[in-house]
Amino acid sequence: MRRALGLLALAALGALLVWAVTGLADFGHPRGPYATAGVDLMLKERHVDNTVVGVTFDLRGIDTLGEELILFCAALGATLLLRSQRGEGRAEEAAERSEAERPRIPPSLRAAGAYLVGPTLMLAVYAIAHGYLTPGGGFQGGVIAAAALLLVYAAGQLVAIERVRPVALVELAEAVGAAAYVLVAIGGIVFAAVAMGNFLGFGTEGSLISGGTIPVLNAAVGVEVTGALTLILTEFLDQARLRHSRS
Amino acid sequence: MSVLPYVVAAWLLLVGVYGAITSHHLVHLVICLAVAQSSTYVLLLAIGYRTGGRAPIFSDLPPGTPVVDPVVQALTLTDVVVEATVSAVLFALALQAHRRFGTADPDRIGTLRG
Repeated sequence: MRRALGLLALAALGALLVWAVTGLADFGHPRGPYATAGVDLMLKERHVDNTVVGVTFDLRGIDTLGEELILFCAALGATLLLRSQRGEGRAEEAAERSEAERPRIPPSLRAAGAYLVGPTLMLAVYAIAHGYLTPGGGFQGGVIAAAALLLVYAAGQLVAIERVRPVALVELAEAVGAAAYVLVAIGGIVFAAVAMGNFLGFGTEGSLISGGTIPVLNAAVGVEVTGALTLILTEFLDQARLRHSRS
Repeated sequence: MSVLPYVVAAWLLLVGVYGAITSHHLVHLVICLAVAQSSTYVLLLAIGYRTGGRAPIFSDLPPGTPVVDPVVQALTLTDVVVEATVSAVLFALALQAHRRFGTADPDRIGTLRG
């Protein structure tokens, strides 16, 4: 019954979508003026090479502020939900258990994981630091940095995870990243009379000092995404360990 | 042929919603939502694509080169981040529901509560 109703509704929605698609611009020929105006603005006025990062942190800076706060709240929410389920004392027991399970992971996998942690972190720092010049950016770099933690996990070094992720530091990184972004947004009001106004000098295109506030926001987002994702991932990994220890 | 990417986006949305309607597991439900949302990535990137255009990063391109639309790419970036974080919260909620009701089937959660 539910399936039939659903299929009916989806058929109607599909028909509407196909109708809507026929009114879109031909694929490969974008019609909107922003496709070229955005590029010109970023290159000529903001001196930023990576126009996607430029648009994200300048033209759509306010949207990105909202996005950042979504990320912040979601990380907080997920952490609160998961921690409320975690019984006291069980975590330590689980840690001991996983210590006992370590030999089950093939040594080659553990070695590969351990070797890749360094280069992955390096790539993350590069993606954040050069995000506005070459492909990359704060969000992407932050995700790569959090992936380094997953590599540690894949390497079976659960006990090592306890050492490399001081929770207080991760939480601090998340908060500092979000606060830095908000401060730059407020700095726009103070120095440029509009929120998110780009109030720093635009520098020379292609150099590390270019784009005004864009590199600052880029770095702030990088720090925050690293913190938020690491927090979420470690909370879920904790859950996995608890589950493991109880079964 | 020129509408094919848009049709792919519509198809992804329909498949995702169909999966959500018929889902019997909360984790499956969250993944269906992710599939449905991925249709917006395809749609946004398809709208901004320019035939023969390069990536809109000018570190090794002379200014004036035709590039794809960076604005929709930035929108897609926002979209991906929101999707990932919302999924994290939903997975946490699914875990909570499973712990409280002993089942991850959305239908049975409702009846158990009544």
